[in-house]
Amino acid sequence: MNRILSKSQNIENSTNKRHRKEKRFKSLCLGAVIVAILFLIILLSSLAYKGLSGFTKTTIQIPIYFNEEIIDPENTRDIAVINKASFRKIFKQSLLQKFPEAKDNRKMYRNISKIFSRGSTYLLKKMVLDDISLIGKTINVDLISSSTIDQLRKNNINIKVPESDRPVSDATLKIYDQLNTEGVIKKRLNFSFFKYGDSRNPEEAGILGALLGSMFTLIITLLLSFPIGVLTAIYLEEFAPKNKFTYFIEININNLAAVPSIVFGLLGLAIFLNFFGLPRSVPLTGGLVLTLMTLPTVIISSRASLKAVPPTIREAALGLGASKLQAVFNHVVPSAAPGMFTGTIIGMARALGETAPLLLMGMVAFIVEVPTSIFDPATVLPAQIYLWADSPERGFVEKTSAAIIVLVLFLIIMNSLAIWLRRKFEVRW
Amino acid sequence: MKKLIILCAIVFMFSFTSHARNQISVVGSSTVYPFSTVVAENFGRDTGMKTPKIESTGSGGGMKLFCAGLGVNHPDITNSSRRIKKSELEKCSKAGIEVVEIKVGYDGIVIANSKKSEKFNLSKRDIFLALAKDVPEGNAEGGKLIPNPNKTWKEVNSNLPDIKIEVLGPPPTSGTRDAFNELAIEGGCKTFPNLKAIKKEDKKKYKAICRAVREDGVYIEAGENDNLIVQKLAENKNALGVFGFSFLAENEDKIQGSNIDGNEPTFENIASKAYPVSRPLYFYIKNAHVDVIPGIREFVEAYTSDDAFGPDGYLSERGLIPMPDEEREFFRKSGQEMIILDKL
Repeated sequence: MNRILSKSQNIENSTNKRHRKEKRFKSLCLGAVIVAILFLIILLSSLAYKGLSGFTKTTIQIPIYFNEEIIDPENTRDIAVINKASFRKIFKQSLLQKFPEAKDNRKMYRNISKIFSRGSTYLLKKMVLDDISLIGKTINVDLISSSTIDQLRKNNINIKVPESDRPVSDATLKIYDQLNTEGVIKKRLNFSFFKYGDSRNPEEAGILGALLGSMFTLIITLLLSFPIGVLTAIYLEEFAPKNKFTYFIEININNLAAVPSIVFGLLGLAIFLNFFGLPRSVPLTGGLVLTLMTLPTVIISSRASLKAVPPTIREAALGLGASKLQAVFNHVVPSAAPGMFTGTIIGMARALGETAPLLLMGMVAFIVEVPTSIFDPATVLPAQIYLWADSPERGFVEKTSAAIIVLVLFLIIMNSLAIWLRRKFEVRW
Repeated sequence: MKKLIILCAIVFMFSFTSHARNQISVVGSSTVYPFSTVVAENFGRDTGMKTPKIESTGSGGGMKLFCAGLGVNHPDITNSSRRIKKSELEKCSKAGIEVVEIKVGYDGIVIANSKKSEKFNLSKRDIFLALAKDVPEGNAEGGKLIPNPNKTWKEVNSNLPDIKIEVLGPPPTSGTRDAFNELAIEGGCKTFPNLKAIKKEDKKKYKAICRAVREDGVYIEAGENDNLIVQKLAENKNALGVFGFSFLAENEDKIQGSNIDGNEPTFENIASKAYPVSRPLYFYIKNAHVDVIPGIREFVEAYTSDDAFGPDGYLSERGLIPMPDEEREFFRKSGQEMIILDKL
């Protein structure tokens, strides 16, 4: 009697201690979650802080006279003639009209032209090629400012240091202030960031080339790794005899999932480029290499989701007279599909962030033209980020962060797709 | 059906082996990359031809790809932040590749620190004593070699400030690091007559002593990203950083370049070779590809025009230090006539 009492007493005494233990554990877990969220917030806010300004640009409105005598003196309106015309002259003439004081002052003219993007003359040419009726007219054109002026407007340049130490001279600053009071300097959303490929002028550089490159590469990866991976998983899980050979294959697949991606790059270089002679730097070869890399992930997650289907489903189908094939494809695979989709998309998300294997396939490159097919040279988003982060021009700092934002958005979209697919096809037992 | 699929796959694979290419393919040095890309972009815009594709693979990696063979699957041009090596030239000629050499200009390597602190006045000897793995005991000539004990700049040279030695620089895979080791550290090493004497006896040993950088955490390998070094310098005013001149030129409101042997790292000083730590930049053309891949001749012409690599050219705006007039004329001619480099 006494012993029982003392035991219950003991339990009662330890209850508080056990409750305290639980509380401690809970608060530790909560702490871990808070730290993780904190880091996420720091990451995202520093990205937003640095990168959001990369989506805006500075434009300066200047009247441009499309002088017919320079563009097309013989009134042919022939594209070839216009293509050859010196738009530099058009640009200079219009600038001198705006700033007559720079007429015979070479140095001042240089200071003024430095306010505008190096691509201004090409912009004017493109305008005329798009609309021939502009010739002979004077139009107010919003010219893109140079990256330096853009950085100046965004307060990224310290103008308090001596003139020799900063990228803008006093003379340029004066002209900038003058234009600013005229109200022709405007802040615009930089749509061209999404319309063009890479450029070495930060104000003209765009992400479209890399975005499409990433998309083409991922399409190849998806088209190859999903069917091959899922079929492998179905065979290994449902049909293959359980013997030493299949066990050996299984171990190898698990090991491959842990192989560093650069190794797949070397493999791709040896097989696809050197042996098969596929072209360098194209999404096709990049996609093939990334397929090698994502296959183990797809196979493992597909097998796991096949395993998770209760055996009763199989047995019921077989019991009702379905063939093995019918049981697998009509009952098991549909139930396992959400897990397969999720696994594939996680594999694709990893492939999206890969640069190391693509470096060896020549996809870390300066490519201006936007790719239109899987056979055009292209770069991918992470490679573009790497290249911009390494550029000396200061305007690329915010472009780098802006590109990271685009990459993160791409990832978020892919992951939400995974969640949506899982929800849609989910079956609860 | 199955056979058909396999057949299709094989045809698909091999249909690329003989595809034509109408775009110039350039590989090579990440130091020359910012200059070549600017030329490529302007070339594409001005001529309406396809803009050359430029990969940043590093000088050594570029040479390897370049010398691998002839044909559309191999690059036409490789950039290099050093001259081609004898072994590389031999490898190229073994593969039947004739090489045309073009020097594009110079690049200075600077040692910079934050504007908030004092400007450094270094000699090459100071750099050697601060960063070499082994230095003569007591920093004196003829001293026995001991692992570098110097902790502050004052210990290296009493004229320097009393702050901890902390240098951020590129890793050994970088061409900038090679050039820095060779020009600055070895340059300082040579000022010790007894160390210089080793060169005659044992070249290997000499290199091991004069080009080795200390590994005790004083020299911090900050990765290939020079922008990162610049950002770290702006935050840490005691640290010095090693990187290419173009990054100094772009960030002169935050950082300042140290004088070396009394010479400031300015555009003019590097061009006149008064500033001692500078190296030439090159690119190499595959002669057999000229006139086969469209645009190579025009691209080289655009690169070697005074508009590009001349004293007032757009490459000088990007931090390339132009060559003197005769040298430019020489390489322009090499490019026009595709003069083949047969031996070094």
